[in-house]
Amino acid sequence: MAAKRAAKKPNVSGEELRQYYRDMLLIRRFEEKAGQLYGMGLIGGFCHLYIGQEAVVVGLEAATEEGDKRITSYRDHGHMLACGMDANGVMAELTGREGGYSKGKGGSMHMFSKEKHFYGGHGIVGAQVPLGAGLAFADQYKDNGRVTFTYFGDGAANQGQVYETFNMAALWDLPVIFVIENNQYAMGTAQARSTSSQDIYKRGEAFGIPGEMVDGMDVLAVKDASERAVKHCRSGKGPYILEVKTYRYRGHSMSDPAKYRTREEVQKMREERDPIENVRQMLLTGKHATEDDLKAIDKEIKAVVNASADFAKESPLPDEAELWTDIYA
Amino acid sequence: MAQMTMIEAIREAHDVAMAADDKVVVFGEDVGFFGGVFRCTAGLQEKYGKSRCFDAPINESGIVGTAIGMAAYGLKPVIEIQFADYVYPAYDQIVSEAARLRHRSNGDFTCPLVIRMPTGGGIFGGQTHSQSPEAIFTHVSGLKVVIPSNPRDAKGLLLAAIEDPDPVIFLEPKRLYNGPFDGHHDKPIESWKKHPQGDVPEGSEIIPLGKAHVQREGVDVTVLAYGTMVYVAEAAAAETGVDAEVIDLRTLMPLDLDTIVESVKKTGRCVVVHEATRTSGFGGELMSLVQEACFYHLEAPMIRVTGWDTPYPHAQEWEYFPGPGRVGEALRKVMED
Repeated sequence: MAAKRAAKKPNVSGEELRQYYRDMLLIRRFEEKAGQLYGMGLIGGFCHLYIGQEAVVVGLEAATEEGDKRITSYRDHGHMLACGMDANGVMAELTGREGGYSKGKGGSMHMFSKEKHFYGGHGIVGAQVPLGAGLAFADQYKDNGRVTFTYFGDGAANQGQVYETFNMAALWDLPVIFVIENNQYAMGTAQARSTSSQDIYKRGEAFGIPGEMVDGMDVLAVKDASERAVKHCRSGKGPYILEVKTYRYRGHSMSDPAKYRTREEVQKMREERDPIENVRQMLLTGKHATEDDLKAIDKEIKAVVNASADFAKESPLPDEAELWTDIYA
Repeated sequence: MAQMTMIEAIREAHDVAMAADDKVVVFGEDVGFFGGVFRCTAGLQEKYGKSRCFDAPINESGIVGTAIGMAAYGLKPVIEIQFADYVYPAYDQIVSEAARLRHRSNGDFTCPLVIRMPTGGGIFGGQTHSQSPEAIFTHVSGLKVVIPSNPRDAKGLLLAAIEDPDPVIFLEPKRLYNGPFDGHHDKPIESWKKHPQGDVPEGSEIIPLGKAHVQREGVDVTVLAYGTMVYVAEAAAAETGVDAEVIDLRTLMPLDLDTIVESVKKTGRCVVVHEATRTSGFGGELMSLVQEACFYHLEAPMIRVTGWDTPYPHAQEWEYFPGPGRVGEALRKVMED
């Protein structure tokens, strides 16, 4: 299937393709490193890796402009890297150090960046969804032409507040793109075991919100869909839903052995649908890059990731008094 | 100065804040077109337009959640939960998002948000229209909790809450909306229009959060009260002849411990009164704080008078509600020791 896709003539420049490759690879290598640091005991608690889902956020980000906002749940490292946040700051937050984006007050699930318009990083399933609509409300109120990407998973899609938000977003024509990252497992529960209708994007129909299903293993398909959604929202037509079908290769979190699915299922996805391998083939067959070019990119990414790990190990622990800051103004 | 009910004073605070700052937006169930079930936002949509004062669907979690998003990107939402009893679906948003955004983003994003809600009983509302849930908010770091007891305070405190850079839970004792109810439910209430605390200053003067008000000076015993219980305690002092110093806390978080401690050190006795249920109520916290700060000044064990540990009753409302009889009994008892 990947080969077939790669054979299509994509409406994308070699430079763009190389950028997507680089962005996705950064996420994957970063997450692999985070997994290692977790195994070494340098990262504790909860750590939700994005491996396998890279094309989703990289494709969506491809259609953003300066000032557009993004807000997501706890599987958030990919979103931060994709919107240009610094790998050092992200990794150091995972290790709970002073150099982390939240100075160690947030951890893996709770990071923010005003500069990159990244509104977190939220640890409660579905709770970020109404916040995303509120951000879009503020954009609309300020009439600034911005849109908000509000990400949530197939598990969160069964939270009541998602539908409260759909109703308000449609009622008030808010410029918000609801991105359902459907990785097919709500923690350990397969979608078929938790969700009555499998096409979640169709739930928008009841509210008059257009939506579509997108192949989340194909970064170009995601990018195209993102462009459609952004165009819709920026033109003042209200919210849009993208259900991006994807797959996470690793467990829900580092402490999840993922015994609710077969190794074969995961292996098949990796071999046949890997989003990075997909773009790699496109680059090579389209002669947009040579093996050597790609090796150079790999090397460059490896250096960034290793540096982030070093930074995250060397950055000091926050002062104990830090706990008492930023509770009130 | 103008004589106002508490409802009019709250409406006026909205009006003043909206006129001064177009980042202030007001919404909630029935809040826009209808002006709120208690009329606290009447006329605001007409005056400021539908983009600044508007109706929300009946979905408290969604209302609070969207307001947090608005606040994170520079607006100042003032939202109404129609009854405090309806807030529970939004509790996750208040605790996990509003209260914690500043800390976990290391100050990058904040949540200047006011959540108003009518609280308390005395209106035959039964279980779901009478509760006093203040303690579930004082328990949450990152929130401020305000409970005005009269029109003058309601306006000044609401303006302070709107100016405040952090999320504020603003509980309005609905039995006090129209007059200083003192627990004598069989007698007609006096109107705020004739009460000195119904005299509300014009303009945008705030009453700072964290400052208690000595409602009645006295030397025998300190009564710590807030909301409806302020007038109940005043009545109890008058009826028993115990010269109680009644302190209206006004804000529970931040708490004006200095005023409390000064008074208890003077009187040597302390009675704590609230409408909410007893166990894990805010009275327990108050008694701990007084004990920690005033132990060697206390001449008698402290007493608290509260609602019972039951669901808020329908038929037995006046047995549950701490009226001047029960508060008076506590005053006498604390003086005997």
